Amino acid sequence: MIRRLSLRLSLMALLALLGALMVSGNPASAESRVPFPRIPKALGATVHDGVAIRSEHMKRLFHQRDETMRQGIRPKDERLQGCLSCHAVKGEDGHAVNYEDPKHFCRVCHDYAAVKIDCFECHASTPDVEISAGGTQ
Amino acid sequence: MTECPTSSSRRQFLNAASVLGAGMVIAPGVTLHGISEAKAGLPRVSSKVRWGLLVDANKCTAECTACVSACKIEHGLEGHGRVKTDAQWIRKVELRDRGSGRTQSLPVMCQHCDEPPCVDVCPTGASFKRADGIVLVDKHTCIGCRYCMMACPYKARSFVHEVTTGQKSHSPRGKGTVESCTFCVHRVDVGRQPACVEACHKDGKGAMTFGDLKDPNSDISKKLVAHGGVRIRGDLGLDPGVRYQGV
Repeated sequence: MIRRLSLRLSLMALLALLGALMVSGNPASAESRVPFPRIPKALGATVHDGVAIRSEHMKRLFHQRDETMRQGIRPKDERLQGCLSCHAVKGEDGHAVNYEDPKHFCRVCHDYAAVKIDCFECHASTPDVEISAGGTQ
Repeated sequence: MTECPTSSSRRQFLNAASVLGAGMVIAPGVTLHGISEAKAGLPRVSSKVRWGLLVDANKCTAECTACVSACKIEHGLEGHGRVKTDAQWIRKVELRDRGSGRTQSLPVMCQHCDEPPCVDVCPTGASFKRADGIVLVDKHTCIGCRYCMMACPYKARSFVHEVTTGQKSHSPRGKGTVESCTFCVHRVDVGRQPACVEACHKDGKGAMTFGDLKDPNSDISKKLVAHGGVRIRGDLGLDPGVRYQGV
């Protein structure tokens, strides 16, 4: 009888432990065993479908660059500066960080996915406009 | 560059798709988004325009370098103290008549030829001429071979030898690519004048006129009709868009 009780108790303890693990086992939390990229919040309103942009952004940037380069089509939002002005991350000096900084919006995911991009070897990686607020993780 | 037929038909297709709705299902699970939906009304370059620049060498003086300074600021061209290899999109050239000893000073930049030899020799198609006559380097495809620099009779192009930082957003430039005067294409596309022309009128002698060579009512066309204009090395038959008076 006593043996059965102790078995039941240990089973309950195991369940409680599992429950506690499940609560704290949120993959995005800092305590997670697997590191996840902490994507900085956008400064402006949502203008694009995030899921589509995640898989399509490089194609859309390529498409746009050719149209601008060859045909002089210069849309206001759908251009690199449009992305950068909304996805700027404020550094310690109050200005937007450039691509040298690991906190740069583009770097957060590209570093995580081990993707090396060369956009910013030529292009400016900071917005022309001064960022006002937000941009923290 | 003439309009690419495939891209225009593709555009029409995309426009038609955007009329039907925000996206069109072309197969189960495959949705075609009208990418050009928001851009349909935006202006694009046209061969109805040919941009040109007229320099009046009688007004230009040797001590004035307003155009050169403005270009450097506009495009973030930094020097490294190496005169032979530092990027130079526009330079002042002094002409001296051997007989009389008279000297003249004038700016020389990419002449935006109608038959550009840099475009002919480019192995990747990075050097190209836009429909409106502006000759550019597409640095996305430039491999830095520098054939165009050898082909250019005006020595208008530069090669970027150093890692660049602090570029202007409207003027991307990077190590390993060739670059030259763009006629400030980012300004021209929004109806503004190139930085050198603006500076020449503001701080200089007002020797430069920029405009549409195909429009008979433009300032540049009127001046060319009234006083003529010389193409440098016109004998090469490249028909540059930059013309000079008083040389």
